[in-house]
Parts: sequence; C-alpha cells; structure tokens
Amino acid sequence: MIAGVALALLLPLAIKGFFLFQLTLALIYAVAILGLNLLTGFNGQFSLGHSAFYAIGAYTAAILMDQADVAYYWTLPAAGAACFIVGFLFGLPALRLEGLYLALATFALAIATPQLLKSTPLEPWTGGVQGIVILKPEAPLGLPLNSDQWLYYFTMLTAALMYAGAVNLMKSRTGRAIMAIRDNPIAASAMGVNVALYKSLTFGVSALYTGVAGALGALTVQFVAPDSFTFNLAIALFVGLVIGGVGSIPGTLLGGLFILFVPNIAEELSKGLAQAVYGFILIAVIYLMPSGAAGLIRLIVGRTARSRSQPVHFETASRSARLTRETPMSSSTSGDENAK
Amino acid sequence: MDLFLHQALAGLATGSIYACLALAIVMIYAAINHLNFAQGEMAMFSTFIAWQLMQWGAPYLLAFVGAAAFSFVAGIAVERVLFRPIHKAPVLSHIVLFIALFAILNSLAGFIWDYNVKSFPTPFGSRSLFGNGLVSSHDAGMMGVAFTMLVLLYVFFRHTRIGLAMRAAAANPESARLAGVRVGRMISLGWGMAAAIGAVAGIMIAPVVFLDPNMMTSILVYGFAGAVVGGLTSPGGAVFGGLAVGIIENLAGTYIPYVGRELRLTIALFIIVAVLTAKPSGLFGRAIVTRV
Repeated sequence: MIAGVALALLLPLAIKGFFLFQLTLALIYAVAILGLNLLTGFNGQFSLGHSAFYAIGAYTAAILMDQADVAYYWTLPAAGAACFIVGFLFGLPALRLEGLYLALATFALAIATPQLLKSTPLEPWTGGVQGIVILKPEAPLGLPLNSDQWLYYFTMLTAALMYAGAVNLMKSRTGRAIMAIRDNPIAASAMGVNVALYKSLTFGVSALYTGVAGALGALTVQFVAPDSFTFNLAIALFVGLVIGGVGSIPGTLLGGLFILFVPNIAEELSKGLAQAVYGFILIAVIYLMPSGAAGLIRLIVGRTARSRSQPVHFETASRSARLTRETPMSSSTSGDENAK
Repeated sequence: MDLFLHQALAGLATGSIYACLALAIVMIYAAINHLNFAQGEMAMFSTFIAWQLMQWGAPYLLAFVGAAAFSFVAGIAVERVLFRPIHKAPVLSHIVLFIALFAILNSLAGFIWDYNVKSFPTPFGSRSLFGNGLVSSHDAGMMGVAFTMLVLLYVFFRHTRIGLAMRAAAANPESARLAGVRVGRMISLGWGMAAAIGAVAGIMIAPVVFLDPNMMTSILVYGFAGAVVGGLTSPGGAVFGGLAVGIIENLAGTYIPYVGRELRLTIALFIIVAVLTAKPSGLFGRAIVTRV
C-alpha cells in the first residue's frame, strides 16, 4: 500500500510527456468509473449514460474557464455541483423505474448527448461542433514542475480525496442504506430506509463523481468537443466497471488503466477493432470471472496466502483463511447492528 | 392543413420502420424479459449483408431474402451461444452481454466494410408522390413492406399452432412446458424472427439514412421509444407506439424551431422519460407487479 503510494508519487519524476498524460487520464477514468460503480455496484441501479455526466462536467469546466475566466481549481466543485443536480433530477423519475428501464432511459441519454451539445441554441456556450479549447494550468507557488507533472499531482490529489470520500460514504449509515437497497429494496424500505430519496441521492453522487472526472479530463486534454462524448465513452466506462469488478472500489483503478491502455494495444493489432476487443473481453469476463479483476486478485491472493502459510504454522494459517473468508459477513452483521 | 397532413404521412413512413424495430425489441423482451440493446446493430449488420450480396451481383430480391434468412439463423445462434447459458443470471450480466454484442457488431462492420457512408438501392424508385417531395415512392413502398410484414406476423401469432405456442411460452413458461411446448426452441425462434424483422427494417430504412455502421443507433432509440409508448409487453402496442413516435417526431420537427434537424434524439429521450415517469407500463402494456 505504502509502496504503491510512493511509486505513484515519484512516477512523474521518472517518466515524462505522453506517458504521464496517459497515466493522468487513466486516473481520471478511474474516478469516472468509481462514480458509475457507486451507482451500479453499491446501489444496484444501471446506467449506460454516464458519458453524458462526464460531458456535463467537462463542458462546465471548459465554459467556466473560457467565458468567465474562472480559475481551473474552482471548475471541479462547479462541475460536481452541476452534475449532482442534473443527476439528482434525472434520478427522480428514474427511481420509479426498475433496473432495466433506467438502463433504457440512460441509453437514450448517452446517444442524445452529442447531438444536444452540437445544437444551435447551446452554441454560444458550447461552441457547437468546434468545441472549446482551454489552457493547461501551470504549477502554483513556483513549484519546479511542468504543467503535465502538476496536472498529474493535482489529479492524484483530487482522486485520493474522492476515493477516501467513497470509502467513508460506503462505511457510513448512508452507505449501508444504499447497499441495503441493492440487496433487497423491499426489505430496505420495511427497515425504514427512504428508498426513493437514497436512490436519487446515489444517482446524484454518482453523477458528481463522473462530472468531476469530466472536468479533470477537460483540463488534461485541453479541449472539449461533442464527438468525444459519444456512446463509445459510455461503453468504455461500463467496460471499466465490469473489468475492475462491480462493487469493488480499488477495482475501479484497474478499470481506468484498462480502458486507457487496452484500446491502444488493440488499435495497434488492427485499426478500428478496439470496440470488438472490448466486446470479446466483456463476454469472457461474464463467463469466466463475474467478479471482475478485483475478484480474481482476491481469489489468487487468498489461495496463495493459504497454501504458502499452511505447512509452516497450521493454526495461524487456518485462522487467517477464516478471516479472509469471513470478513465480508462479519462486517455486514456489524453493519446491521449499527443500523438498528 | 396540407403541410400537417403531408408531414404526418411522412412521419408514418419512418414510423413504420420504428414500429418494426419496436416489435423486434418486444419479441425478445417477451422471450427473455430483457431489452436487446444490440437490436439496432444486428439490423445494421444484416443490412450490410444484403449490400454485400448485391455487390456480388445478386438481384435485390435475392439479397433481401438472403439477408433476412442469414439474420434468422444468426439470431438463433446468438441466443444459443451467448444468452442461453446465462438465462438465470442477474440483469447486469445480460446488459453486459448486450453491450458486448453492440460493440462487437459495430466494430466488426466498420472493420469489414469500413466507415464510409454508402448508398443503398431501393426497388421502389424515389419519385416524389403528391408533388411536394415529402413522401416519395420509396416511403410508400417502405410502408407497404412494413405493414405487410406486420399483418403476416399478426396472422402467424393468432392463427398458427406454432405462433400460439410461442405466445404460451412467453406468457407462462412453466405451464407451457407442461402442456408440451418446447420453450427453449420457442425462445430461439423468437430471437431468429426478431433478428429477421430487424433485417427487413434495416434494408428498408437504409436508402433513406444511407448505409454505415452507426446508421441504426438513433433509429434504435426511436424503436425503444415506440416500444415504451406502446408498452413492452404488448406487440400491437409496440407497432402503434412506433408509428406514433414517427408522427410525433416529424410534427415536432416541423412546428418547434431547432428541433427538426438538430434535436431529433432529444425528442426520443423526452418521450422515453415522460412515458416511463407517467405510465411505465405504456399505453397497452400490463403493469408490472412484484411479489413480496
């Protein structure tokens, strides 16, 4: 854990330019996927339209910087707030809907978004098909970093805050209510959880995460245009969610790395086949490892830990195995007690 | 008034295609209780097959029948290979597979036939009827084909043994199985027929929207809107909904500024959200009841 943090902090000093830019983007995608995961993995609602919230976040940041000369760091809360409101409002009708219908409504949202961004009434703000070009932020306080490095650290700091927020949210009373709705909405409402409120709140928070990621994405790419936010982006986020593991917070990091780097590799193999590669990987995941990469790692770590320690000290080994196996159960029972 | 009537008629023409797609969606929904997000891409792929057959020198009719037959078989194959093994899996697994299918077909079509927009022939010619360019002879022919197919399907489901068995299998699989209906085969048949209907819809609309791998995405959204308006559990409702959505789209495009060319998809989104909010079961659908 500490080694990982140290590596992530020192990395920008070792690598430069394009690769650093890619890592920053991967981190941004991870935050967007985290938003989607809060909704799907923890609340059991489906969205095929998170590209729309990513777009709203990106456009909020770009418009604020372009038209109102707002400092770049203020665009993140603004983008988050805008997306929270839109997500909450979209969630309000959506919460009357079963999972499938919500997927349908968000599917239509994702497909309608690029056209909406190009439309004439919005053109004075969005710049229509041309999009908006913005400037890269410089490192503050005379820090000896170029703007790529600074942006990496800035993204990293934001992401760290948002991950901490997500972990704490899911450990809280609110988080337990959110998960209870996923596991059994009827039982949750019988326990006194306001299902409608929590569902639309979760939708709002999920949109907020993805919107902040969108704003960071706009800062990093320095450019927003309607065709960057097509249904393909929604597919990519969804792929990242499934690959990383539905309901796993650390898995979203793997998901972010995956959707950034795998298409590049696939494009090298054959141009235009990236989407097909996504498709085949998705099918493989559903059939072979439904809990995603995070689940696979948990499985491997669990097995090797057990087989390695078993011959040395039988008693501790069996105890640790029991611990790893029972953690989720014991945490959920303690959660129930707290909820009461 | 003249403009209104002509616009409504033009809307009816595209609406007949939406109706076909909505019907295909509803048929698969009836069979497996899931929405086929890849329905549009399946139709697009079938249309490319027809185009390829014509490039190889096949006459129009042969290409049409060949593509429909190919789609029928491919639809069954997709059901058998991809969806049969996970039929008890949760909603998420199904959505993932549909998205996977969507991505694969879209990318594969682009890979095989490239992303350049291609024109697609029509057997009906493109003369303008009524002399104002709104309704062409292709539109009329498209409506004719769609309505013929819908009537045939109606007869099939009402008056043939196998159509009745399919309805039984969709309505109550356990009872149908006890009565000797091969439910698994009926589900495959539903997929095959839905894929073939989609192929016909794709071939009919291709001369209007031109042929490229992304041609069906927006049409699929309209198909969904039609299915939702009519109610996902009602085939007749889906047809009505598809036609209604086609007319609404055209009239809104005529009378509301900007909406016409630029915000067509937003209308569909609006219709979907409005219907799902106000009356999730649609106009003709059964309300969904959960057993506690």
